[in-house]
Amino acid sequence: MTLLDFARGPGMNFALAVFVLGVLWRLVGIALLNYWRPKSEPRQGWLRAMMGGALATGTRSWPHREFIGRTGYGELLGYSYHIGLFIVILFFAPHVAFFKGLFGVSWPAMPSTWIHLIAVLTLTLFIAVLVRRVTNRVLRRLSNFDDYFSWFATALVIVTGLMTTGHIGASYETLQAWHLLSVELLLVWFPFGKLMHAFFIFPSRAINGYLLSRKGAAS
Amino acid sequence: MNREHANPGSATKREVNVDGAMRSFAKSFGALNAFRVESCIHCGICADSCHFYHATEDPKYTPILKVEPLKQAYKREAGPLAPFFRWFGLKRRVTAEELEEWQELLYDSCTLCGRCSLICPMGIDVAALIEEGRRAMFEAGLAPKELYDRAEHEQRTGTPGPSEPGYREKLEAIGREHNVPIPLNHDSVNVMLCVFSLDLDRYPKQVAALAQVMHHLGESCTFRTESLLVDNDAYYAGSREWQRSISRRLIDQAVACGAKVVIVPECGHAYTALRWEAAELYGKKLPFRVLHIAEYLAEKLAEGKLKLNKTNGGSTTFHDPCQVVRKGGVMEAPRKLMDAMGVDLREMTSHEGFGLCCTGGGGVMLLERARPLHYRAVQEKMREVDATGAERLLTTCTGCRFNFDDAREHFDWDKTPQSLLELVAENLAEE
Repeated sequence: MTLLDFARGPGMNFALAVFVLGVLWRLVGIALLNYWRPKSEPRQGWLRAMMGGALATGTRSWPHREFIGRTGYGELLGYSYHIGLFIVILFFAPHVAFFKGLFGVSWPAMPSTWIHLIAVLTLTLFIAVLVRRVTNRVLRRLSNFDDYFSWFATALVIVTGLMTTGHIGASYETLQAWHLLSVELLLVWFPFGKLMHAFFIFPSRAINGYLLSRKGAAS
Repeated sequence: MNREHANPGSATKREVNVDGAMRSFAKSFGALNAFRVESCIHCGICADSCHFYHATEDPKYTPILKVEPLKQAYKREAGPLAPFFRWFGLKRRVTAEELEEWQELLYDSCTLCGRCSLICPMGIDVAALIEEGRRAMFEAGLAPKELYDRAEHEQRTGTPGPSEPGYREKLEAIGREHNVPIPLNHDSVNVMLCVFSLDLDRYPKQVAALAQVMHHLGESCTFRTESLLVDNDAYYAGSREWQRSISRRLIDQAVACGAKVVIVPECGHAYTALRWEAAELYGKKLPFRVLHIAEYLAEKLAEGKLKLNKTNGGSTTFHDPCQVVRKGGVMEAPRKLMDAMGVDLREMTSHEGFGLCCTGGGGVMLLERARPLHYRAVQEKMREVDATGAERLLTTCTGCRFNFDDAREHFDWDKTPQSLLELVAENLAEE
C-alpha cells in the first residue's frame, strides 16, 4: 500500500469517523446538560423573539456602526479568509469530484486559475491573521494551543494544496498524499478544538438573539 | 482545597472552598452557558466594546478573559471533553490564587453593562457569563467584602446596612418636607412602590417626585414597610440564594397588598433583578407586572392620563442606563417622556442600546479600591457627554446619576446629572 493509497483509504475513513463521532460527541455532550426555560414575562412574544434570533444570525456578521472603527480590520480579515476557504473547498474541480464520491452530488466548479489565485490570497490573509494574533496584545493574551494548532492544521491544508496543484517539492502522487493527510489531520483535530465554531456559530447567534429580543433588549 | 482567605481589601476572613465551588459551579453550568463557552473563538473583539479596556488598553480587561477560570472549570469538570482534559492533564484545577487574581476582573473592572454581548461575532452573551462568574466567586467565598456585607445584611433585614433614622422614617420625613402624601402599608392597591436606599440618603427630591407623580395620577398605590427598599446587592455580589430571598420579600409583599404592578424607581440593577431575574429565582412567572418608572409613566402618557408641560431647561443629552435600556429593553419610554416635555435632545455618539456605560454600575462604585480604574474609564463617557454640547445631562438611574455626580466632584466637571423622574414631576400639567 502506497502512502497515497493509505491516505485515500484507511486514513480518510479513520479521519471521517473521528470527525463525525467527535462532532456528535461534543454536540450531544452539551445538549445533555441541564436546561433553563425563561420564566420572566417576555416583553415580546415568541414569534418576534424568534425573528430577533433569526435576524441576529445574519446581523452579527456585520459590525455595528458603534464598533466598526475598532473592529473593522479584524473582522474584514477574518471573514475574507473564511470566504476564500469556502470558495476553494467547494469550487475547485478535484474537490467537487471528491464531494461527489462522498455524497453523490456535484455542482459546477470554478476555473482552476481563479481557484489558485484565491488560494494564494487566502494563504496570505491567513498569514496576516497569524501575525495579528501574535502582535495584537489582546489576541496574544487570549491565545492558547488550540488557537495556534487550529491555525497550523488549516494552513497546512492550504499549503499542501497549493504545492500539489503547483507540482512543487515532490512527485504529484506524494504531494496528493500529503494534501490528503493534512486534510485528515484537520478532520481529526476538528471536534476537539475551536474549529467546532463552524457548528456553534449560527445556533449561538440565534439563541442569544432570541433571548435578548424576548426582553426587547438591544441585540 | 479549604483554607482561610482574606479578601483583598477586606478586614474579615471567610472560608474559601475553591474545589467544591468550582465543581458545583461546573455541574450546574447548564447547556446554555456551555454553548456560550464552547463558542468562543478567542477573537478578542469584545475588548473593543469595554470601557475598561478602552481606558487602559490592558488586555487583561478583555471581557471574555474575565471568565477564563470558569471556562477552565467547566471544560475540566462538566464539558463533553472533560474526561480527556482530566486524564491527560490538559486543564488544570482552578486554584484559589487564580480566583483571587480574577476577583478584580470580575468585580472591579466589570459593570455588567452588557455592551460586550452586542459585539461578539459568535453571539455570546459575555455579560451573562460574567454574572455566572460572580456566582462562582461567591460560592468560593471570594465576593468582595463590601458587596458581601451589603448583600448579607439585605437578605437578613431588607436593608443594605444599619440606618439611623430608619428608612421608613426617612421616607416619611421626605413626604413631610416636600408636602407630598406617602401611602404606606395600604392593602388592595393596584401598584406597589419601592425606593432605592441611595435615593433616600442622597436624592430625597427623587423620592418625593415618585410620590408626587403617583398622587397626581390618582393611582391606588402603596409603599410597604416590609419591602420598602428595592436594592438587591446580592445580584452584584453573585449570591443566587440571597438574591432570591431579597426578591422574595418584594414578591410576598406585592402579593399581600394585591398589587397588579410593582414599580421599580430609577434604579438599574434593581430593574434587572426584579424584572428579569426574580421570576427565574422564584421558579415561576411573577403574579404582577414589573415596570420601571419611566415605562409606567410612558404608558400613562399613551393612555392620556399623564399630561406634561413643556420644559425650558435648554439643550439636553440623555444617558441610557445599561440595565434599564440595553439589557432591560426600556428603549422608547424615556424618549417619549422627553418628547412630551419638548426636551431639546442632543444624542451622544453611542446611545440607546449601544450607549457607553456610566462605568459605575455592577457594584463597582461600592468598591473603594476600584476607584482609580473607574476614574480612568469614566472619562470616555464624560467626553461623549461634552461632545453633544448639551447644557443638561439627564438619566433615569440613580446609580448612573450618583456616578456622574461623583465624576463631577472628582474632575470638577461642569455637568450636573438630573433625574428624568424629577423633570416629569416638575412638569406635571393640570387637567
